[in-house]
Amino acid sequence: MRAGSGLLPLQVEGLGFVAGGVPILQDVSFRLEAGPPSVLIGPNGAGKSTLLRLLHGLLPPSGGVIRWALLPAEVARRRQAMVFQRPVMLRRSALANVEYPLRLAGLPGPERRARAQAVLGEFGLGDLAHRPARRLSGGEQQRIALARAAAMDPAMLFLDEPSANLDPAATRAVEEIVTAIAARGTKVLMTTHDLGQARRLAGDILFLHRGRVVEHAPAARFFAAPAAPEAAAFLKGELLW
Amino acid sequence: MSDFQDALSAAFALVAGQDPALAEIVGLSLRVSLMALALAALVGLPLGALLAVARFPGRHLIIVGMNALMGLPPVVAGLVIYLLLSRAGPFGHFGLLFTPSAMVIAQAVLIAPILAALTREVLEGMWEEYREQLHSFGVSSWRAVPTLLRDGRLALVTVLLAGFGRASAEVGAVMVVGGNIEGFTRVMTTAIALETSKGDLPLALGLGMVLMAIVLAVNGAAHLLRERVARMSG
Repeated sequence: MRAGSGLLPLQVEGLGFVAGGVPILQDVSFRLEAGPPSVLIGPNGAGKSTLLRLLHGLLPPSGGVIRWALLPAEVARRRQAMVFQRPVMLRRSALANVEYPLRLAGLPGPERRARAQAVLGEFGLGDLAHRPARRLSGGEQQRIALARAAAMDPAMLFLDEPSANLDPAATRAVEEIVTAIAARGTKVLMTTHDLGQARRLAGDILFLHRGRVVEHAPAARFFAAPAAPEAAAFLKGELLW
Repeated sequence: MSDFQDALSAAFALVAGQDPALAEIVGLSLRVSLMALALAALVGLPLGALLAVARFPGRHLIIVGMNALMGLPPVVAGLVIYLLLSRAGPFGHFGLLFTPSAMVIAQAVLIAPILAALTREVLEGMWEEYREQLHSFGVSSWRAVPTLLRDGRLALVTVLLAGFGRASAEVGAVMVVGGNIEGFTRVMTTAIALETSKGDLPLALGLGMVLMAIVLAVNGAAHLLRERVARMSG
């Protein structure tokens, strides 16, 4: 267990992002501690995916500060991984997909293979190892993508709607993997539109609305008594935009 | 019609009898086109891949220029190479004009833009899909090139085939820079052109048949290879 190893707590201050003159995120500030997964919820278009991309360094912020506890951004980046809503499978076997980032990290061949196989086995994906990754089902691909991220042993893992468009069984399998990854000491920050999933996985909730973090609270408290009126309306299933 | 039948049976006899002159011509054609393909691939594939991932001012200009060069008339390419390689030209002292090397160069120049343009097209779509994930892995756009070439290998086989087809089928460039010298720079297409104009239809037709058979065989082999790799890697 490394509890963030130099990344956490993460301090975000006044973060903004503008695309084509349209503000997507405005004055976003929050602090993430090591611990159970943090879950970003909010209506479509609230800026959830954009926020993950900014934190992961895939997009340059228009303003504000992202401060990792001890490490400068470029170094912190190497201790992070991200899994996208639509898993990106390289045109090779599932095992080779898991090995790919390990090779980039400079792990020698036999060690790389052993670690990839161990992670696939751990997540119950051993049978898929030699199948072409792109021929797998959506749920299997998403689990391989999670295993690939877990194999990198990141201190911080970003998940963008990891179970969107998956059936309940596949969603459950994905959640088990996320729980296992979090139990290893990796901090998970994920988005979801599935409130049940947020209840099942979240330690704390960040509620994003119109490009702002409107509420950040422990999950139990948030679901019992949301403080912000927008959050209360969202939980009641009212349409927000 | 009987002319054609006579020519056809004579052609079969030539091919079946493994006529040494015919074998030599076929052998040289294959060597020249395959070397040209290798040379052009060495330049065209990485260049196409770079254009797929890199974003810089002038990129569109290069792409438009490359696409235009895909339609470069072989005779014109041949003429330019001829001028460059001729005694008085800047590369004249290498003494390459009217040698198989000159033919390799001409065909490579002809097909390199085709390989580069098609490679860019194939890999750009893949890059679109891979970009964020590879950036997340810490792979820069430049360093993604080997990954794209590797993962795009199925589609790139087709690209190489297109290049090989163009190289082995063209007459104009090798005629101008090779000179169609018997036993030295005579390849299938130039021989067909010559024998046809001389009226020796059996040899022309026999060569035509071999050329067709080679193109078919190469495509068939590539198809099998693709199927096989596809089954392994999706």
